[in-house]
Amino acid sequence: MTDELVPDQADAPPAAPPPKDPTEDAAASWLRRVSTGGAMVTVLAFVLALVIGGVLIAAVNPEVTAAAHYFFAKPADFFEAAWRAVSEAYSALFRGAVYDREADTFAKAIRPLTETMTIATPLIIAALGVAVAFRAGLFNIGAQGQVILGASLAGYIGFTWQLPAGIACLVALLGGVLAGGLWAGIAGVLKARTGAHEVIVTIMLNYVAISLLAWFLTTEAFRVPGSAEPKSRTVRPEAQLPLLFGDQYRVTWGFVIAILAAVFVWWLMSRSRIGFQFRAVGFNPAASRTAGISVQRITVYVMLTSGALAGLAGAVQLLGTSKYLTDGIAGTIGFDAITVALLGRSKPLGIFFAGLLYGGLSAGGRFMEVVTGTPISIVLVLQALVVLFVAAPTLVRTIFRIPAPTAELKGATA
Amino acid sequence: MLLELRGITKRFGPLVANDHIDLVIEPGQIHALLGENGAGKSTLMNVLFGLYEPDEGQIAVDGTPVTFRGPSDALAAGIGMVHQHFMLVPVFTVAESVMLGHESTRGVMLDLDAARAQVRELSARFGFDVDPDARIEDLPVGVQQRVEIIKAMARDAKVLILDEPTAVLTPQETDELIEIMRQLAAAGTSIVFITHKLREVRAVADVITVIRRGAVVGSAAPTADESELAAMMVGRAVLLDLDKAPAQPGATVLSVRDLLVLDRAGTTVVDEVSFDLARGEILAIAGVQGNGQSELAETILGLLPPVAGSIVLEGTELVGKSVREILDHGVGFVPEDRSHDGLVGEFSVAENLVLDLIFDPRFRKPFGVDIAAVQANAQQRIGEYDIRTQGPGQPAGRLSGGNQQKVVVARELSRPLRLFVASQPTRGVDVGSIEFLHRRIVQERDTGTPVIIVSTELDEVSALADRIAVMYRGKIVGMVPGDTPRDVLGLMMAGVPLDEARRQAAENPTTETILKEGDL
Amino acid sequence: MSTVIDDRPVAEAHVVSPRPVLRVPITLAVLSVISLLAFGLGSESGTTSTLALSFRNDAVQLSPLVLNTKGTCLALSVICLAIAAYSFLAAFRFRKTPMWLNALFGVAWVFAFLVWAVEGKSTSLVDLLQGSLLLAVPIAFGAFGGVFCERAGVVNIAIEGQLLVGAFAAAVVASVTDNVYAGLLAAPVAGCLLGLLLALFTVKYAVNQIIVGVVLNVLAVGLTSFLFAAVLKPNAETLNTPPLLEPIAIPVLSSIPVLGPVLFRQTIIVYAMYAAVVVLTIALFRTRWGLRVRAVGEHPEAADTVGIQVNRTRWRNVLWGSSTAGFGGAFFTIGYVGAFGPEMSGGKGYIALAAMILGRWTPIGSLGAALLFGFATKLVSALSVLGTPVPSQFLQMLPYLLTIFAVAGFVGRVRGPAAAGVPYVKG
Repeated sequence: MTDELVPDQADAPPAAPPPKDPTEDAAASWLRRVSTGGAMVTVLAFVLALVIGGVLIAAVNPEVTAAAHYFFAKPADFFEAAWRAVSEAYSALFRGAVYDREADTFAKAIRPLTETMTIATPLIIAALGVAVAFRAGLFNIGAQGQVILGASLAGYIGFTWQLPAGIACLVALLGGVLAGGLWAGIAGVLKARTGAHEVIVTIMLNYVAISLLAWFLTTEAFRVPGSAEPKSRTVRPEAQLPLLFGDQYRVTWGFVIAILAAVFVWWLMSRSRIGFQFRAVGFNPAASRTAGISVQRITVYVMLTSGALAGLAGAVQLLGTSKYLTDGIAGTIGFDAITVALLGRSKPLGIFFAGLLYGGLSAGGRFMEVVTGTPISIVLVLQALVVLFVAAPTLVRTIFRIPAPTAELKGATA
Repeated sequence: MLLELRGITKRFGPLVANDHIDLVIEPGQIHALLGENGAGKSTLMNVLFGLYEPDEGQIAVDGTPVTFRGPSDALAAGIGMVHQHFMLVPVFTVAESVMLGHESTRGVMLDLDAARAQVRELSARFGFDVDPDARIEDLPVGVQQRVEIIKAMARDAKVLILDEPTAVLTPQETDELIEIMRQLAAAGTSIVFITHKLREVRAVADVITVIRRGAVVGSAAPTADESELAAMMVGRAVLLDLDKAPAQPGATVLSVRDLLVLDRAGTTVVDEVSFDLARGEILAIAGVQGNGQSELAETILGLLPPVAGSIVLEGTELVGKSVREILDHGVGFVPEDRSHDGLVGEFSVAENLVLDLIFDPRFRKPFGVDIAAVQANAQQRIGEYDIRTQGPGQPAGRLSGGNQQKVVVARELSRPLRLFVASQPTRGVDVGSIEFLHRRIVQERDTGTPVIIVSTELDEVSALADRIAVMYRGKIVGMVPGDTPRDVLGLMMAGVPLDEARRQAAENPTTETILKEGDL
Repeated sequence: MSTVIDDRPVAEAHVVSPRPVLRVPITLAVLSVISLLAFGLGSESGTTSTLALSFRNDAVQLSPLVLNTKGTCLALSVICLAIAAYSFLAAFRFRKTPMWLNALFGVAWVFAFLVWAVEGKSTSLVDLLQGSLLLAVPIAFGAFGGVFCERAGVVNIAIEGQLLVGAFAAAVVASVTDNVYAGLLAAPVAGCLLGLLLALFTVKYAVNQIIVGVVLNVLAVGLTSFLFAAVLKPNAETLNTPPLLEPIAIPVLSSIPVLGPVLFRQTIIVYAMYAAVVVLTIALFRTRWGLRVRAVGEHPEAADTVGIQVNRTRWRNVLWGSSTAGFGGAFFTIGYVGAFGPEMSGGKGYIALAAMILGRWTPIGSLGAALLFGFATKLVSALSVLGTPVPSQFLQMLPYLLTIFAVAGFVGRVRGPAAAGVPYVKG
C-alpha cells in the first residue's frame, strides 16, 4: 500500500506516467521498491547484522577462545568451533522464532511462530503510534510510559468493573487508549503551549509513569487482597482478549487488533484530512500555518493519537498476554517500538513486518538462551545494527558494492 | 590580479549547470555577469569560490592554473565573495564575524581587540558606520552587507564577487553600493557583479557577460540598450512592460484602519497603517525589505495578531479571526518565501495544490480525502498554469522556482476570492514565469478581485500597480498613483515624504534616471 | 526537522504579544504560596529541624544546625514572595528576572522544603550536599559531551550509551590491570568508539541524528549486557572487581568548614569535572577553536565559506564529546560502586541531555542543572529514609517532574545552536 495521497514518485524513473488506479499503483510501487533496492538493502542489512552478531557470539564462546589459543597449530579447530557456536546459536534462534523442526507434532513445531506473533502484537501497535508522531515531525520517545499507563487503566477496568463479556474487553481496551493518549497529550500540550521539547518531556514522563505504576501496585484498588507482593489482581475473564487459535497457542485477538491498527494508521495518514494535516505539519510547519492549519492543535492531536496507540498496545499486552500488572508489565515494548517504527520506515506495512521480525528475534532469543546459553541481549545488538544499516543504505551498498538504483539528484536545483 | 575561467563545466546529475564557460576578469575591472534566475551564475561563482569542484575546465590566476579544493584555497588566492544569502552567523558580533576563519590570537585566546580595530579601520576607509560589537541579527540588511564587504576586504581580496547584492537595497542604497564598487575598482580590486537587473549593470559595469542556461551567450558593452540585453538574457524578445488595461475600480471593499503590529521584542513593525482598497484595483505596497510590508500582509491573513486597529473586508472584521477562518472568508495569500511558507516541499504537486483546500467540499468524501478529485484538480491546474512537472505526483520541492510559484498562485486563485494578497509574487522566478504570473494577477483584478501586491522590486511595482503605498519603518509614507517615477518612489522608500521626494528627485536624478533619459 | 535542540517553532513563529510574558513570575508566585501555606503555616509552631554540618568521620565536628521549623519556613517563604513580586514588576516592564535571583529563589524554596520535611527530625546537610555532588558527576560529564556535539551541530542522544560503555570499559580495564587509572583512561576510549559510529552515521551518511542516537543507545545496552552475561558474570573476580578511586583531600581547601570536605575531599573524577567546566567554558567562548565550533553549529554554510571544514569539525567534536561522556561513565563503576551491572547508567544520559538544554548549551549552566538533578535525587532518597507522609513513589518522580517543569516553565522556547540536528551536505 502506498502512503501518500498521490503516489510518491520521488524514486521513480523520471517522467513515469501517473498511475490512475490506486490499487494498481500500490502493487506497482511495492514491486518497484523490491526491485530498486529498498527491500534488498533491508535484507542485506539483516545479513550484515547477523554476521557481526555471529562474530560476537563466537568471540565469547569458551570453546572458540580455547581453540584460538592454539590457532596457529590447528586453525581448522578454531574455525570449526566458531562455526559450531554461531550456527547452533542461530539455528536455536530460528527454532525459537519460526519453526521448531525437532518438535513431535506440526502443531508444536509451529508454536514458536505463534509466540513470535504474540510478542509482536503490542510492538506493532506501539510502533504505529511512534510512527504517527515521526511522520508529523515529533519524536515520541515516551511510548514506554504510555504503554504502562494504558496497561494500568485497562487492567484496573478489567479487574474492577463488572461488565458482560465482550463489552468488558472493549471498555478496558478503550481505557488503555484513553490513558495512553492523555499521557502523551501532556507532552503535546506542553510542546504546543510552551515549546518544551517533546523528546525531553516524553522521556521524563516515562520515569514518572514507572513510579506511578509502582504506587498503583501498593494501593488497595490494584493489589491482590492480603498480599504484599507488587502485583495486581488478575483481569476478569470477561475482559480478557480471547485466544485466536485455541488453547494450544497464546496468540489472542490482539494480533487482529494490531492488523486493524495498521490499516487504521494507513487510512489516517494517507486518506484522512487530519492525517494530511499531520504530514503537512511534520514536513513544514510554517507552510502549514500559512495554509490555515493550527500547528499547535495538530501537535496536540498527533501526541494524543500516538499515545492512544501506545496505550492500546499496553492494554492488548495486559488483557491478552499478561492478565495482571507487575512493575515489569511494559517490558521494553515502548523502547523497542521506536526501533520497530524506524525499521519499518514509519509505514504501516513496514512496521507490521518489522514488528514480526522483532517479535521473532525476542522469541528466538529466549529459546537460544535456554538451549545454547547465548545471552538474549545479543538480540538487542542485532536489532540496533539492523536499524542502523537500514537507515544508511549508502553504507550497505558500499559494503556489498551495489550501485545506487538511480542517480541521486541532490543539489540539482542549486 | 588577472583571473581566468577556462571551459568550466559543472553538472548535477543530468543537469548541466555550467557548460564550458570562459570568463576573463581583468584587474580593477567591474565585470557584470548577467543572467536570469537559474541561468547558472551562482553555480559558476561557487565553482570559482571553491565551494563546488568543476567537472571540467580550470581556473587560472595570473596565467597560472590553480585548483581550489575549498573556499580556503580561494580565499588564499585573494578571492572574496559576498553571497546573496549573507554568510553571517546571526548570534556573532561584527568583529567575530569578520575574524572568523583567520582569527588573530594572543596565546590561545582570541584577540578580539585586533579584530575590532580592523573593523573600525576598514569601516572608516569605506565610510561605513559599523559598530564592531553589534550583533549581526540586530543589524539591518544593508549594514549586514557592509559587514560582508569588510569581511572580504579584511582578507585582502583582490577579486570580490558580489552575488545579487542589490536585491535587498533601496535605489539610493544601490547607488551607494555602486559608489563603493567604483572605489574598490579604482583601488585595483576586480569586481564580479552578478545580477539580473539590467539598469544596474548598465550603470556600473565595465564589461558585461551574459549567461543563459549555463552557457555564455555573449558579452556586451555597458552602452547596450536594455531590450537588447534582456533579449540576450532570456533568449527571445521580452516585453519589458506589461500590457494592462486601466483599472476599473468598483466599490471599496477592504478598509484597514490604524493597524498597529509589534514584533516579539515589542518593536513596532506596522505603525498605525490605514488604507482602503476597491474591487478591481491593484494596490502595490512598495518598500525596502524589512519595513513592515511583509508583516502587514501576514497580519491581513491572521498570521500575526495586531495590537490595535481593524481590517474590514466586505463588512466582516478579520482581526481576531484564525488563519483558517480568514482563508475561508475568501482571502487568497501568496507568502513571500514560497519554499518556507507556501509549499510543503516533500508533498506532491497535487497535494500542494490543495494544501489549504483540504476541507473544501470539492475534495471531501464521507471518510477522508477524495483522491480522484485531488488528482483531477492537479491535472487541470498543471495545464492551466503550464506548470512544468513530471506529473502531479512529483514532489513540489523538486520544481524550479518559477514552477513552484505557479503552484502556489494556482492554488490560491483556484477558488472564488474576496481579496488576493501576494508578497513578492515573482521573487527568484524566471522571466517567462514573471510575465505569466503578472498577466494572471491582472486577469484576477479584471474579474473584480481587489489585489494587494507586496514587492521590493520597483519594476514589479511599476508594472502591476494601479496605486502604490510606500512603506518605511512601518508607516505608509505616501499613497501615490501607479505611474509615479522611480526616483520619487526610491526616495520615499528611504523615508522622504512625497513632496520632498518630488523636489529632491528633480534636483538629484539617480543614475537610473540619467540612463533612462540618455536612452531617449 | 529539528532535533532535540532545534526547537521546532510549533507555536507561532513570530508571536506578537503586547502583554508581558508572565510565565516565570506566575511560576514563582505559585511556588511561593505553596511554600507559605504548606511549609510555613503548615508546620507546627515550636518544632525544630536539625541539620548536621559535619561528616561523622570528620576530625573537627561542627555542632548541628537546629532551626525553628515554622519561623525558618516563614522567613524563607517571605523571601520567595519578595522575589516573585519583583519578578512581576520586572515582567511588566518587559524585563527578565535575572538568573541569579531565580537561583536564589530556588535555593530558598528548596531549603524551606527541606526544613519542613525534617520537622521534628534530623538529617545531615553535608551528606545531602556531597550526595548531590556525586550524583551530578555523570550527568555533568554527559551534558558536557552534549555541549561538545551540539555546539558543532550534532545532536547527541547517545550520551546514555556513551556513559554505559564508559562504565563498562572502566570496570573491565581497571579489573584486568588492577590499576584504577588505566580504567579511567579506558572509559573515554570506549565512549569515543561509540562516538565514531555516531559521527559515521550522522556526519558522513547524514542519517537523522536523533534516530542514530536512540539506536546507538540500544546497541550500547545490548553490547554491554551481552558481554556482561557472557564474559563478566562467569569471570567476575578477574574481570569485574575493579579497584575504586580513592578520595584525595586538597590541603587547605578541604578544611573549609561545611563546604570544604564536600567539595575538596573527592576523587579525581570530581576534580576533573571542576576543571572541565572551566576549560570548556574558556575554550568555547574565548578561543579560536570555540569560535569556529560555534560557527559550524550555528551556520555551517557561513563557516564553510571562510574555509572552515564543517564536517571535519563535527567529526572531531563528536569524538571529543563522546569521549567526555564516556569518561563520565567511569564514575558509575570505579568512581562509586565498583563492579559493572547491566544498564547501570539508568537513564542518566537522558537527564544529562535535559541538563544541557536547561543549562542553555553552556558548560556552567549544564553543571548547574546537573547539580540540581543530583540534589533532587539525593533529597528524595534522604527523605524516604526519614519517612514522609508522601508515598516514596511520588518522591521518586520529583526529579523528573522538576525537569518537565523546568523545560516547560522556565526554559520554554530556548534557542540552541541553529544548525543542530541538520546534516551538512554541500550543494
